[in-house]
Amino acid sequence: MSNVPDELKYTPEHEWVRVEGDGTVTVGITDHAQHALGELVFVELPDVDRVLKSGESCAVVESVKAASDVYAPLAGTVTAVNGALGTEPNLVNGNPFGDGWLFRMRPADGAPAGLLDAAAYRQLLDKA
Amino acid sequence: MTRRTALHDRHVAAGAMMVPFGGWDMPLHYGSQIEEHHAVRRRAGIFDVSHMTVVDVDGADPGAYLARLLANDTGRLVPGRALYSCMLNADGGVVDDLIVYRRAAGAPTPWRVVVNAATREKDLAWMQAAIRGDEARLRVREDLVMVALQGPAARALAAPLLPPGLRAAALALPPFHAAEEGGIFVGSTGYTGEDGWEALLPAAAGPRFWDAAVAAGFAPSGLGARDTLRLEAGMNLYGQDMDEGTSPLVSGLAWTVAWEPAGRDFTGRAALERERAAGPAARLVGLVLADRGVMRRGQKVHTAAGAGEITSGGFSPTMNRSIALARVPTGAAGECQVDIRGALKPARIVKPPFVRNGRVLVD
Repeated sequence: MSNVPDELKYTPEHEWVRVEGDGTVTVGITDHAQHALGELVFVELPDVDRVLKSGESCAVVESVKAASDVYAPLAGTVTAVNGALGTEPNLVNGNPFGDGWLFRMRPADGAPAGLLDAAAYRQLLDKA
Repeated sequence: MTRRTALHDRHVAAGAMMVPFGGWDMPLHYGSQIEEHHAVRRRAGIFDVSHMTVVDVDGADPGAYLARLLANDTGRLVPGRALYSCMLNADGGVVDDLIVYRRAAGAPTPWRVVVNAATREKDLAWMQAAIRGDEARLRVREDLVMVALQGPAARALAAPLLPPGLRAAALALPPFHAAEEGGIFVGSTGYTGEDGWEALLPAAAGPRFWDAAVAAGFAPSGLGARDTLRLEAGMNLYGQDMDEGTSPLVSGLAWTVAWEPAGRDFTGRAALERERAAGPAARLVGLVLADRGVMRRGQKVHTAAGAGEITSGGFSPTMNRSIALARVPTGAAGECQVDIRGALKPARIVKPPFVRNGRVLVD
C-alpha cells in the first residue's frame, strides 16, 4: 500500500504537487512511482527560469531498472531545483514527499487546477 | 506455478522484495541493491542461488559424453577442478553456459554440472537427448540449497561455518576448484568478480546455514546486486549477451572454446570452425558511458565500423556511471555513440572486465 498524503494534489502520471505559502508549487514523484522505478541512480532536472507548458516533459528519473519522464503538472516557470539529488538521487526513494522533491515552479495561471485530490489518486492506484 | 527455494521464508522475514525469476520466487533486494553491491565488493554478501539447475552425471563413460556435449574440454580436468563452458547446438549457437566440476575420487558421481535456472527444461531435454546408449545418466538434484558467498572477506567469514574436515580444503582451493565432504560441496566459483565460494548443501540444512552466515557478517544480497556485480565483472548473462542465435565467437567467449585436441568432435564444432575461418562478423565489447544516464539493453551503438547493439546495460555502483556489454562490428574500437531515448551520447569501447577484486580496471 503506497503512501498518499491527503494534503497534496496529484497527476495521473504519478507526480505530486504541494502549494507553498508564497504561491509557488513544489513537485515530486509519488511513493507509488518511486517503488515501481526501483533505486534511482540519476535525476535530470530542468534549468531554473525555464518556462513550462502543462504536461511538458521536464525531468527524467533514472533507476537501476528504467528511465521515466516527469511532466510539468501545470504551466509556469521553474524557480528552484533540488540540488541534493545530484549526489543522492535515492532521496527520492527514501523520502519522495519530503527531501526527495524535484523542483519548484511559479504557476502561470494562479492556483493549480485540474489536478487529482488524494482520494481520486488512491482510486486510480486501486484500479491499476 | 512459481517455485520457492528452501530459503524463501528467510528472504520474506528479512523484508526482501520478491520477484518471479525463471519460474522461481526470488529476492530482488533486501532494501537497497546498491548497498548490497557495495557490501560484496567491500566485505561479503550471501546470495540464494538455489534456483540454478544442478545435474550430477554418472554412467558407463560420462567423460566421453561431456567431451562431446561441451565446447570447452572436460578432458583437461583432474579431480577437484572445474571449468566454465558453453553447450552449443549444431549451428554453433549457444544453448546455455554452465560450470562443470570433475568431482573428487570417491564422490557419489564423477561429474556435476550447474546450468541456468531460466533454461532448465530446455537444457535437461537437450542433455538427455544427447546421450548415446548407457554412456551417461543424468541425476537432477532437487534436494539441495545453493548459496553464493562472495567478497574479499567471504572465505574468512564462511570457513568457521563449514565442518572441520572440509574447512582446510575449502580455504586452500585455488579459483575454479571444488572440495566436498559429508554432503557439503564447496566450489571456488562465483558470478561477482570477487573471491568466494558457491556452496551446495542438503536443503534441510539450508536455513540454519543461511542464519549462521548472516550472523557471521554476510549481507543478504539479491538478484539486483547479482546483476550489477556480474556486469562490472564482465560476465555474460545467457539470454541477453548470447543465445541460440549467437556463437561464442561473437559473444566474448572464444576463450571458452577448446580447439585442441583437434580430434575432439563436439556438437557445433564444424559450424564454429567455418565461422572462425571466415572471420566472425561481430564481437562483444564493454562500453563506458562518458556522462550521466544509463545505457539499456537494445539501444543502438554507432561506431566508425558500423552499428551495433547493447546486449546488457546498467549502472555500475563501483564506477558510479553506466556500463554495458554490446555486440558491435568486429573492427569497432575507441569512441562511439549510444542512442539513449533518441539522443546520441558519447561512450568508449573497452575490454571487459570493468571491475575485479574491488578495483576498477578500465581507465
